[in-house]
Amino acid sequence: MSTAISVGDAFASRRPPSMASNTLCIARRELRDALKSRWFVLYTLAFVVLGLAVSFVSAAGTGGTGFSGFGRTTAGLVNLILLVVPLMALTAGAATIASDRERGMLAYLLSQPVSPVEVLLGKYIGLGASLLAAISLGLGACAVILSWRGGVSSPQTILWLAGLSFVLALGMLSVGIMISSLTRRASAAVGVAIFVWLTLVFVSDLALMAGAVALHLRIDELFALSLLNPLQVFKMWSLHAIDANLDVLGPAGLYAVEEYGRSLHAIFAVGLSAWIVLPLVVASVVLARKSPL
Amino acid sequence: MITITNLIKRFGRTPAVDDVSLSLDQGDAVALWGSNGAGKTTLIRCVLGLLRYRGAIRVGGIDVRRNGKAARMLIGYVPQELGFYDELRVDSAICYFARLKGIANASPAASLQGVGLEGNGGKRVRELSGGMKQRLALAIALLGDPPILVLDEVTASLDALGRHEFVGLLRQLTGSGRTLLFASHRLEEVRSLARRVAVLERGRLLRIDDCACFAPDAQHAAVLHLHLSADERMPAIRALAAGGFSPTLNGTGILVPVASEHKAAPFRILADAQIVVDNFEVDAVEHSSATPAPGGGRRKSSTPPDSEVAQ
Repeated sequence: MSTAISVGDAFASRRPPSMASNTLCIARRELRDALKSRWFVLYTLAFVVLGLAVSFVSAAGTGGTGFSGFGRTTAGLVNLILLVVPLMALTAGAATIASDRERGMLAYLLSQPVSPVEVLLGKYIGLGASLLAAISLGLGACAVILSWRGGVSSPQTILWLAGLSFVLALGMLSVGIMISSLTRRASAAVGVAIFVWLTLVFVSDLALMAGAVALHLRIDELFALSLLNPLQVFKMWSLHAIDANLDVLGPAGLYAVEEYGRSLHAIFAVGLSAWIVLPLVVASVVLARKSPL
Repeated sequence: MITITNLIKRFGRTPAVDDVSLSLDQGDAVALWGSNGAGKTTLIRCVLGLLRYRGAIRVGGIDVRRNGKAARMLIGYVPQELGFYDELRVDSAICYFARLKGIANASPAASLQGVGLEGNGGKRVRELSGGMKQRLALAIALLGDPPILVLDEVTASLDALGRHEFVGLLRQLTGSGRTLLFASHRLEEVRSLARRVAVLERGRLLRIDDCACFAPDAQHAAVLHLHLSADERMPAIRALAAGGFSPTLNGTGILVPVASEHKAAPFRILADAQIVVDNFEVDAVEHSSATPAPGGGRRKSSTPPDSEVAQ
């Protein structure tokens, strides 16, 4: 066996691209791919059409304030966002790394001067930007219809909804990417993502209600448990941001406003931020330590 | 240029690479030779920093474990089969990977001309044939003129003509002081490209031969590359495994190691299972550990196919 010689100066002087450069390069690629993807177009179309339907029907009715001063249009939009945005973000995140791994693209990408964290962040930023585009398109169309029909939702309300929807989307995208990093097959990853979506949207509400009855949970315990579900946090935060009270949520909402007052914004922000950061950290650890193959 | 010291990689309790030490000087060309499961691909993936390992690997003096990104700057890598962004245009693909390698002013046209793909820049990747995709992967590997080329059975999914052309292209490109580390189980490929041959078996480095003196062990087997439709590959693997063979998935079909005198046996098994073989090649000789299990070896056939025909 021979001895290795030292590398020449020409090669030693070459430096790998910075983390920011690689991350943005991958993000741009991911954004372009997402905007061309059939699923993304379908989700966005569905969001726009349903949002328009909700806005149109609400504005065509009384248009006035409904229960507790909270506009029926806003209530409809919040519920629509709760269904569509998490599904969109979870499935987009779940498909990305697992499908690249499945077709050998992840290993090929990582055989370039690129680190696993750069791949992860690039994909996250690219997909996040595509979700922002979808949300802006959906809620933007609703805003146009509402202003045309003289609906009650103010531009500020729509902006709050759009901002909070985007934060929710980022949280769900993180969870999707974490699922993707832990799964070898794209189909399995998307399956798990849909299961998580069903759990967050339907099962957790039922479990909370059942738990409250069966375990005689106190109101503060109920509120604390509801903070574990990012969809509940989004719902409470939107209602609180738009209407400044949570009467529509019943005793738990009244308790939250009375107990925490203005610090509720911070509590909700921490709750949703945790759903953004923690799954991403898990995904980056998994990707860096586990074989990408 | 590449120094591997006491490399150990295990998957669970199974050692895939077991205490391998190997060193390549600048301009060296080393072939990793061995049967399926010998550890060739795992060793290459460790050199690229894609797997965690024990031991030490330095590329151009850079520790791969500590600074994999900088080490990979020195390496151009071509995989067995390019799993690519199919919708991407060829010249966009080159620009994308050039940016990831920190090359600001890449010229897709020049890169494509270098590998005989001129005029294909506007095509989408999915429109390229298998051989053209491998040329594209080679063009990407050569971006920035890296001092090291690492190839992992790059001709495995190509037909005989594509293989011949690709190896010819590699010969032209690697004779300029570039260090070459490649895995292959095709003797003609090894003799065309390598200066030395590192013989691996079950993860262990048995010996390093000078290529001029290298000859596979006397007791060797042929490898059938059977081209099958995607939905017939797993049934074919099950049928052949039941018949005593050890088939593996590979690119466009499956690889079946067979004893030289019993090349027809797998065809009989597949015909009995009503599985249609679209095409086949008798690829090359492989190391002795690839000889078929007794069930397959005992079978005889009156029609031994030993050339490439469509069925």
